[in-house]
Amino acid sequence: MNLSVDDKDTSLADLDRLAQIAQDVVARARRSGASAADAAASIDTGLAVGVRLGEVETVERTRDRAVSVTVYFGQRKGSATTADLDPASIGQTVEHACAIARHTEPDPANGLADPALLASTIPDLDLWHPWDLTPAQAIALGVEIEAAGRAQDARISNSDGASVQSGGSLTAYANSDGFIGCERATHHSVSVALIAEDDAGMQRDYWYDSVRRAADFASPSSIGIKAAQRTLARLGAQRLSTRQCPVLFAPEAARSLIGHFLSAASGGALYRRASFLVDQLGQRLFPPWLQLVERPHIPRGLGSTAFDAEGVATRDSDLVRDGVLARYILGSYSARKLGLQSTGNAGGVQNIVLEPGADDLPALLRRMGSGLLVTELMGQGVSLITGDYSRGASGFWVEQGELAYPVEEITIAGNLRDMYANLVAVGSDVDPRSHILTGSLLLERMTIAGE
Amino acid sequence: MSDLIRTAERQLLTPGGLATRDLDRVFASLMGPAIDAADLYFQHSRSEAWVLEDGIVKDGSHSIEQGVGVRALSGEKAGFAYSDEIVLPALLEAAGAARAIAHAGANGVGKPLAIAPARALYPPVDPIDTLSNEAKIAVLREVDAYCRAADPRVQQVIVSLAATLDTVLIAHSDGTLAADVRPLVRLNVQVIAEADGRRESGSSGGGGRYGLDELLAGGRAREFAREAVRSALVNLEAVPAPAGTMTVVLGPGWPGVLLHEAIGHGFEGDFNRKGTSAFAGMLGEAVAARGVTVVDDGALPGRRGSLSIDDEGTPTRRTVLVEDGVMKGVMQDKLNARLMRAQPTGNGRRESFAHLPMPRMTNTYMLPGAHDPGEIIASVGRGLYAVNFGGGQVDITNGKFTFSASEAYLIENGRITRPVKGATLIGAGAEVLKRVSMIGNDLKLDEGVGVCGKDGQSVPVGVGQPTLRIDSMTVGGTA
Repeated sequence: MNLSVDDKDTSLADLDRLAQIAQDVVARARRSGASAADAAASIDTGLAVGVRLGEVETVERTRDRAVSVTVYFGQRKGSATTADLDPASIGQTVEHACAIARHTEPDPANGLADPALLASTIPDLDLWHPWDLTPAQAIALGVEIEAAGRAQDARISNSDGASVQSGGSLTAYANSDGFIGCERATHHSVSVALIAEDDAGMQRDYWYDSVRRAADFASPSSIGIKAAQRTLARLGAQRLSTRQCPVLFAPEAARSLIGHFLSAASGGALYRRASFLVDQLGQRLFPPWLQLVERPHIPRGLGSTAFDAEGVATRDSDLVRDGVLARYILGSYSARKLGLQSTGNAGGVQNIVLEPGADDLPALLRRMGSGLLVTELMGQGVSLITGDYSRGASGFWVEQGELAYPVEEITIAGNLRDMYANLVAVGSDVDPRSHILTGSLLLERMTIAGE
Repeated sequence: MSDLIRTAERQLLTPGGLATRDLDRVFASLMGPAIDAADLYFQHSRSEAWVLEDGIVKDGSHSIEQGVGVRALSGEKAGFAYSDEIVLPALLEAAGAARAIAHAGANGVGKPLAIAPARALYPPVDPIDTLSNEAKIAVLREVDAYCRAADPRVQQVIVSLAATLDTVLIAHSDGTLAADVRPLVRLNVQVIAEADGRRESGSSGGGGRYGLDELLAGGRAREFAREAVRSALVNLEAVPAPAGTMTVVLGPGWPGVLLHEAIGHGFEGDFNRKGTSAFAGMLGEAVAARGVTVVDDGALPGRRGSLSIDDEGTPTRRTVLVEDGVMKGVMQDKLNARLMRAQPTGNGRRESFAHLPMPRMTNTYMLPGAHDPGEIIASVGRGLYAVNFGGGQVDITNGKFTFSASEAYLIENGRITRPVKGATLIGAGAEVLKRVSMIGNDLKLDEGVGVCGKDGQSVPVGVGQPTLRIDSMTVGGTA
């Protein structure tokens, strides 16, 4: 079985076979005594090319297959995976899962999703756009992107290279309540990282694009030029003295602030009481203008899916309404642990949209006046259990609404609860390259540690 | 070693009707005038994990992965393909895709394969079978019971026990034929403690390349449990960390993540060959204070970061990176060593058969100095004493790195006073190590928990160091 982006598209026939495998695994688990079972079968294939300084560096062909099964013996659970789709290996995998379930202990929250929540129709989300790309074409595209960036300025002295990737994934999920669902999706990306040098040393930055359909890519030269501009802008970076000041997160950095919120609002962290959002349902966490919505069915969306990892139908739904936490992010297990219902988030969130504001980045800079614009964050330093936040940052010092000079080797710190409550504005400059869609975020005040 | 080859052949080649001699045919289709080198990496990996939470063993999982990665090298170029079926037609197809990196030419041959000599740093045991399932579960329950009994503020205990066995067979066109059977085990304990509406967590764990029986011998599980509880309770008392530049004392062991980020990545061969590391071209120059000696040593028996041979079949060894403050060496795989006219150092590693190898760290640590740790603390008027860390990150081009403390204390007038909340520390690699002014006599390696990520590939690593005084470093607190 082979899915190829440059051969004939056999994805529908392959999906049928994956669906058959998933259903066979479930049936086999039931014959082995499981009272309930579910299974997923998948194939991911792709081509990845790396070029550097105008020459190809790597050409990689990828193909990954996997079958996973979870069995329930009453409220006891076991799971197993294999990369070998051979029937004998699949049989052993089911037996491994059953052997484990003989040793685990009953957990009342275990089990398949509520059948009433399962997806009954599967809308076409326009996610399948194979890219007819040969290695030679991928190399030429990478070379073009890198060359556009290197041509920008003589101070671009070196390159970490450009990459071009194209891939497709086919997934089938079945459970013993009779659900079977298949999805196919393509994902293509390009990126380039450049190095600039002056008397003070070297700086590196990058830019990328990420799409479902190759026609949606930004132009190759614009990606190279953007990487070059970002890299050059970092030359001569200074440190700041330790202070408190307003902080504006550029969209590519703002995304992570929303990501921390999503992690803290997720069932796994909540039922373990390992989140600062425990018992916060219905509480005002953000300013009243803030609206955060999950929209799983955006055509060609990077996080779009018709059903979650348990077959539960996904649907548009508010996460934060007028600044108030409207719901948690739950799969069946965490929902039962919390006495709630699944929100169709087994396996994670789909597209998350922070409703954009009216101001673009220059307007937000003017609104901030003096403060820090963060374009890159480094390290971990985020505790979801307390909300304490301390990360390395680089970006620009802003004076009177204008970029004054690049800054690096500083940290920014605060507590996420305060940071969310004291958000001043969200920008109109939404970054489309992620399943988290947000513009810039302006925060009233954080602690900067530096010299 | 030939026993290992036989074991690996039986596991990896025999089921698909292959033998080592068939690999010559694959090399014949891989090699050509424009191909400098090629290799085959066969891998079978079996893992098992058990999880206890809410006082019950609620989940367990088992997984099997296997396949072969085929790489052809031409100058700086690498063609790569892999297959999860280890049969001759799949191998030849992958070889065809990999060699497309260089223009087609007449078929050549590699050197005849010969078994490479190596010493085994760990026993070829399947760690999953070194303990019965009943015994594994008993350990999880014992750790849970110990943590809950230790303090009434303990509200949640999550314990996981994981074991993996990797069997690899490596054939390289330079004639290398090598095999390795690699056990890896790990126990992890996370505790959530709650008091007066405040919640904090603490975690601990460790492992290495041996069986579960060895991991659990000598009460080590109970030590991890005690440590996780202690750390959670300390954090319940923590006050906001200071913000600004100050003297920092790092405890021994895992805080060696400093070395991994501050210099380790910048000393990897690929970044030095490409000139993208802040340390490129600095061999022989001072990069740290006098007295600082840092090594990468993949040949320590049984350690998590150790390998008898790397993933290109090169025996691992001890490489001196910094000696008495001077940059001495770079970590190499075969590709970068050839292009830099250097020797491979046994640092060619890959996450799996489905990934390309590259220079990676193994166990990276600083050798001990002369100072008593108590004397180092006593020397500090006001500063931070950081004893445990989460992870770190580095920008190898400008050398800026971060690492995030998860347990730290204020030092006031030479004494450890109050615990402070976690905070990120930031600095520049080449500058921070020049500010090391005291090196302790208490070298310790970490317990065996490290995972290093690079270009999307994760590999197990180790770190270590003695207590260190750094005269100034930026601490990212709020107070």
